[in-house]
Amino acid sequence: MSDGLLGYLLDPANWQGGGVRASIPALIVTHLWYTVQALVVAAAVALPLGLYIGHTGKGSFIAINAANAGRSLPTLGLIILLVVIMGLGFGPVLIALVVLAIPPILTTTYAGIRAVDPAAIDAARGMGMRPLQVLFKVEVPIALPLISSGLRNALLQVVATSTVAAYVGIGGLGRLLIDGLSLNDYGRVVAGAVVVAALAIVLDLLAAGAQRLVVSPGLTGRIPRRRVGTALAAGGSTALDGGDRDGASLAAGDRAPLAAGDGDTDDAALAPGDGAALSARDRASS
Amino acid sequence: MIQYLQNNVAVIEAALSQHVVLALVPVLIGIVVSLPIGYLAVRFGFLYHPLLNLSGILYAVPSIALIVLVPTIVGIRILSPLNIIIALTVYTVALLVRVVADGLKSVDPLVTEAASAMGYRRLRRLVSVELPIALPVMLAGLRVATVANVSLVSVGALIGVGGLGALFTRGQQLDYAPPIVVGIVLSVLLAAVCDGVIVLIQRRVTPWTRAAGRIAA
Repeated sequence: MSDGLLGYLLDPANWQGGGVRASIPALIVTHLWYTVQALVVAAAVALPLGLYIGHTGKGSFIAINAANAGRSLPTLGLIILLVVIMGLGFGPVLIALVVLAIPPILTTTYAGIRAVDPAAIDAARGMGMRPLQVLFKVEVPIALPLISSGLRNALLQVVATSTVAAYVGIGGLGRLLIDGLSLNDYGRVVAGAVVVAALAIVLDLLAAGAQRLVVSPGLTGRIPRRRVGTALAAGGSTALDGGDRDGASLAAGDRAPLAAGDGDTDDAALAPGDGAALSARDRASS
Repeated sequence: MIQYLQNNVAVIEAALSQHVVLALVPVLIGIVVSLPIGYLAVRFGFLYHPLLNLSGILYAVPSIALIVLVPTIVGIRILSPLNIIIALTVYTVALLVRVVADGLKSVDPLVTEAASAMGYRRLRRLVSVELPIALPVMLAGLRVATVANVSLVSVGALIGVGGLGALFTRGQQLDYAPPIVVGIVLSVLLAAVCDGVIVLIQRRVTPWTRAAGRIAA
């Protein structure tokens, strides 16, 4: 690659503040600030809703279809429409970002809660837990791999979409791309694209690290264990290997299949590290 | 709104047909490319994590960044539709490799052993036993990839090639909502139609999943 293409990215002046143009670090900070705001609002809406729908089973139609509906909404169109209706500013962009971040969180939270082994819930009730205790001490921890993969998806979605949103005049790293394109300054475009891509990858890796920290090791299969029993195909089928204490394996997929336990799984179910291996499909839970 | 539709039928039709091409060509290429890669990831265990991590990283790159970086890497003009097609193909492959690998991994080892015991060689076993069993998982992933592609195409409007996305930028320039609404509605409808077609194909080619669903229900 010629110096021209990477020139903007490698020019120290663009990394220091104080100039006429916003420096790259300043743009990164703005970008992160947008991302945090959108993600917090979206999580504040989608997490409780997903927990409620997953726990009670009411309105599951919404949760199942939210992801597909959200995916099919063209982000650029939504942002421009809101700006044309509401005027320029961060308000309409924030709404668009939140609207696009809610579906992945909602759907995976719902699917995660639904995929919890009913035997574990029965056991928790049998031990005298109240409904909220069952939710927060049993269902949420077991659903955590899926919930956090939904949050990661939403994070990527917001980072990408706020880049596109620079088209309607907000700040952040998208400025480099959009301004570079309109000025025919291709070096600036490349700088923006490289920094945005790097930011997204770093954020995703950090989120993956956070996920490893908060998810119980018993759920992730990181404890080496021979895989026994019936492998489970997605698409709504159910598999249970009743007798084997190593056996109940859940896969959360399309229709959030439940592996219904019968009888002997009580103590295994309460200590997930012991019995249930949950394989959460990371990204592609449709 | 109706006024706008009547006056701009030709523009909308052109945008829609470009949108269809830009969204679906990457899906077709993506299927062809990701099947062997996904198979390799399952066949050779040491490749599984590197390949899936790589596809995860590619999937994390925002679409607009990929679309504008492609001309730099490949060396084609920035206005060429090929940029969009290549960028979306990368996404489709990144998503489908994981899906193909997961699908093939979901095949019960007992089934493959039984097939081997019946004298199936590796290739025939793959084509007539493992792929059909993995099909529901793979088609579910294909639905996700297709719907995502249809909505991502419009981002290409920022570099001048974006199918229905052209209606969005036009509405922005005119500060006029009808083209934007038409673009969004058509894009969502197109995604729904593509999704529906894949569901129909899925019912056609994997009738046993519905039978199993009825029994489970």
